[in-house]
Amino acid sequence: MIEARFALTQGSFALDVDLQLPASGVTVLFGPSGCGKTTLLRCLAGLQRPSQGRLVVAGQVWQDDGVFVPTHRRAVGLVFQEASLFPHLTVQGNLDYGLRRTPVADRRMALTEVVALLDIGGLLQRRPENLSGGERQRVAIARALAVSPQLLLMDEPLAALDARRKAEVLPVLERLAGALSIPIVYITHAVAEATRLADHLVLLNAGRVQAQGPLQAISAQLDGVLAHDEDAGVVLACTVAQRDSAWQLARLDFAGGGLWTRDAGHAVGQRVRVRVAARDVSLALAELPGTSISNQLPGVLERIAPDVQPSQALALVRVGESLLMARLTRRSADRLQLQPGLPVWVQVKSVALLS
Amino acid sequence: MTAGDLQALSVTLRLAAVTTALLLLLGTPLAWWLARTRSRAAAWVDSAVALPLVLPPTVLGFYLLVWLGPQGAVGAALAALGLPALVFSFWGLVLASVISSLPFMVQPLRDAFAAVAPRLTEAAATLRASPLDVFFSVAVPLARRGFLSAITLTFAHTVGEFGVVLMVGGNIPGTTRVLSIAIYDHAESFNHGAAHTLAGGLVLTSFAALLVLNLTQRRRAADSASSA
Repeated sequence: MIEARFALTQGSFALDVDLQLPASGVTVLFGPSGCGKTTLLRCLAGLQRPSQGRLVVAGQVWQDDGVFVPTHRRAVGLVFQEASLFPHLTVQGNLDYGLRRTPVADRRMALTEVVALLDIGGLLQRRPENLSGGERQRVAIARALAVSPQLLLMDEPLAALDARRKAEVLPVLERLAGALSIPIVYITHAVAEATRLADHLVLLNAGRVQAQGPLQAISAQLDGVLAHDEDAGVVLACTVAQRDSAWQLARLDFAGGGLWTRDAGHAVGQRVRVRVAARDVSLALAELPGTSISNQLPGVLERIAPDVQPSQALALVRVGESLLMARLTRRSADRLQLQPGLPVWVQVKSVALLS
Repeated sequence: MTAGDLQALSVTLRLAAVTTALLLLLGTPLAWWLARTRSRAAAWVDSAVALPLVLPPTVLGFYLLVWLGPQGAVGAALAALGLPALVFSFWGLVLASVISSLPFMVQPLRDAFAAVAPRLTEAAATLRASPLDVFFSVAVPLARRGFLSAITLTFAHTVGEFGVVLMVGGNIPGTTRVLSIAIYDHAESFNHGAAHTLAGGLVLTSFAALLVLNLTQRRRAADSASSA
């Protein structure tokens, strides 16, 4: 458990947060620019000293009244938005920089392991100026891990990359989240990254925590923030329940039902994460016969929220213990007389496997 | 060259070397502080450091003479402690040169340190480097071009110093008689041949030093431009 309480004022901006973050998994700090995400991250790293605060990581007090452990004495790894590799050192030199300064007793990760995890074995003799943006960020992540941190902080590590590089690094981050036992705090304002990576979500706005909790539990509060995006959708944690080799399909069960999707080769019983985009979900008042859509689930309408386009609306539907989000026109919502509490059928056209 | 001229050359080189070494020790932390601080005092310190650039050397020399002389605050204190006087001595010259060459050391270093991205020093801190460690392992290597400029300019400027030296050091062969003063003496006594030897030598060596500096800087700049 990470206990983080900070209060600080910078000109007209005030940060005032009190967080309990899980000791493992990815916590995504999500919010618009200027909401205080980076300031909060800098406070966690000790790069900024809040006037008041308490920070406990892995049982160690990093900050409290009269206590402030400086950054270089905190077992913290930080990956910046822009590449921050030392230009006067090779990739190997960058990796060794932190490793050499980490007491042997504190080392829990072998450098070879880190290098393999980030797939940078072929880059070790290069200079940072000869790396692509994606390679630089992978090296920066490896360098941060080389100091065996108790807490890994990432400040929009994909923001400076183009779409192709993002697609190259994002799977690495997912793999990382699964492989590491330490907590990761990840800043982003991109919905796609938040939903793919987050186990725990903290929504920040104007220096305050608007909502926090496990990704799926917090979905209901997302309409104010996450839904205001063309990519609105929800993430479901599923277990592979059945595989149909004749049709190359697999049934993924989540808390609320099952979804048939393309068999991606996962074994029965394996846990996977899927994303269901709001635009791939439609609503009906009854189960439809004669449709090509193979996933129809009964649910209860939770509420209708405004969407990015004034012609559209987002419907949040409770299916068992989970929430699904459907994008529909406001005219449809009016025609079907959608009201909270109304039983509906959810039709899911496609799901995206995230892991 | 006469034996006297060789002696003047030796004094000059010793003075420039000692001054550069002392300024490297004193100027580096000062430049680092000026590059990083948000203190209001920085503007005052910056102005004081630049003062020798705009003042006639005789002004500096005059005040040093006043302070270091037997009636001056520093001179009287030294005398009270039983220490030798600084005026008309080699170490008096060193003190004068350190002050008059201060901007040539501090300004290139300050600019080079300011160009080191704070992101890099912060990254170093998260990689468990203490502030002093960050300075030596990140800031100094990244500011190496600034160091090269600062050392070259400080050394060359000290070699070329005349006014302050004449005021504070006088013209004692083997102690305070430096090349610039030897040239002045030769010219005054219409010994143009000897003056030419020294003056021409200074022009050539100074130009060579600056040329090497500029060629290195340009090649490094071209290297980083082509690989970026």
